[in-house]
Amino acid sequence: MINTKENRPISLEALRNGDRAEFARLVEQYDTFVYRLALRIVGNPQDAEDVLQETFIKALKHLPDFDGRSSLSTWLYRIATNEALMVLRKDKGAIVSLDDPDDNSDDEQEPLEVVDWCCLPEETLMSAEAKEYLDKAISELPATLRVVVVLRDIQGLSTRETSEVLNISEMAVKTRLSRARLQLRQSLSSYFSHQFGLEN
Amino acid sequence: MTQPKPSCHELISSLSDFVNGELEAELCAKIESHIAECPNCRIVVDTLRKTITLYQQTSAQTEMPNEVRSRLFKRLELEDLLK
Ligand SMILES: [Zn+2]
Repeated sequence: MINTKENRPISLEALRNGDRAEFARLVEQYDTFVYRLALRIVGNPQDAEDVLQETFIKALKHLPDFDGRSSLSTWLYRIATNEALMVLRKDKGAIVSLDDPDDNSDDEQEPLEVVDWCCLPEETLMSAEAKEYLDKAISELPATLRVVVVLRDIQGLSTRETSEVLNISEMAVKTRLSRARLQLRQSLSSYFSHQFGLEN
Repeated sequence: MTQPKPSCHELISSLSDFVNGELEAELCAKIESHIAECPNCRIVVDTLRKTITLYQQTSAQTEMPNEVRSRLFKRLELEDLLK
C-alpha cells in the first residue's frame, strides 16, 4: 500500500491546532466504531446516532484537555461509553453504575444448560431468528456486564484498554466478561435446545 | 438438565480466561485434563467458544448508514470535508 496522506497516523498536534481536515480524518476513522459501540450499548439506532454525535462534539471541545496518556482511541471510547451510559440512565431511569460490586455470583450457581448445540449447521446458528435472539440476550444483560462484553469481545479492545476506558481494574474486566459470556452461552443453550429439542 | 459435579462448578469462573488462552499454565492444565474426562464441561467450553464467535460475527455485520455519517459531518460543520 502506498503511504499516502490518508494512511498516516492522526496528528494530535494538528488536532490541537484546530486543523479541521485532521479532525475530519479522526471522525472518518472512528465513527463506525463509535456507532457500533453505541448501538450495542443503547440498543436502538436513534439513540446510537445521538451518542455518536455527542461523542465527537465532546471530543472536539475537550481536545485541549487530552493529555495523551492514553491513546486517542481509548480516550474516544471512554467519551462514547459515558455518553451511551448517560442515555441509558435518561431513557430508563435505570441506575447504571460502573462500580457495581462483582461479588454477586448467583448466576454462576444456576444449574448449567449442558446441551451440545455446537454442531448445528451454520445456517441454523446464524439464522435471522437466532441472531435476533442473541441481540436480545445481549441487550438484556445488566449494563455493567454489557459494556464489558461490547468493548472486549465485540470491539476487540484488550483487557487493559477496556479497564482504562471504564476506569475499573483489569480483574473486574475479566470477572464481568466471564459473567457476561456465561450468561449469553446459557441463553443460547436454552434457545437452541428448545428450538431443536436437543437432548442433554 | 444435567447438574454438573461440584468440581465442575469450581472451574466455571475460569473458563472465560481459559478460552482466551489467558490462564496461568497450572490452572490451564487442570482444566484441560478435566475436560478430557468430563463431557459436560467439554460441552460448556465448546458452546462458550461458539457463543463468542456468533456474537462477534453478527456484530461485524452492523454497518453505519451513509446518511448517519452525513448528518454527523453536518453537525460538526465538516460537510465540506466529507468524502
Ligand atoms: Zn466437569
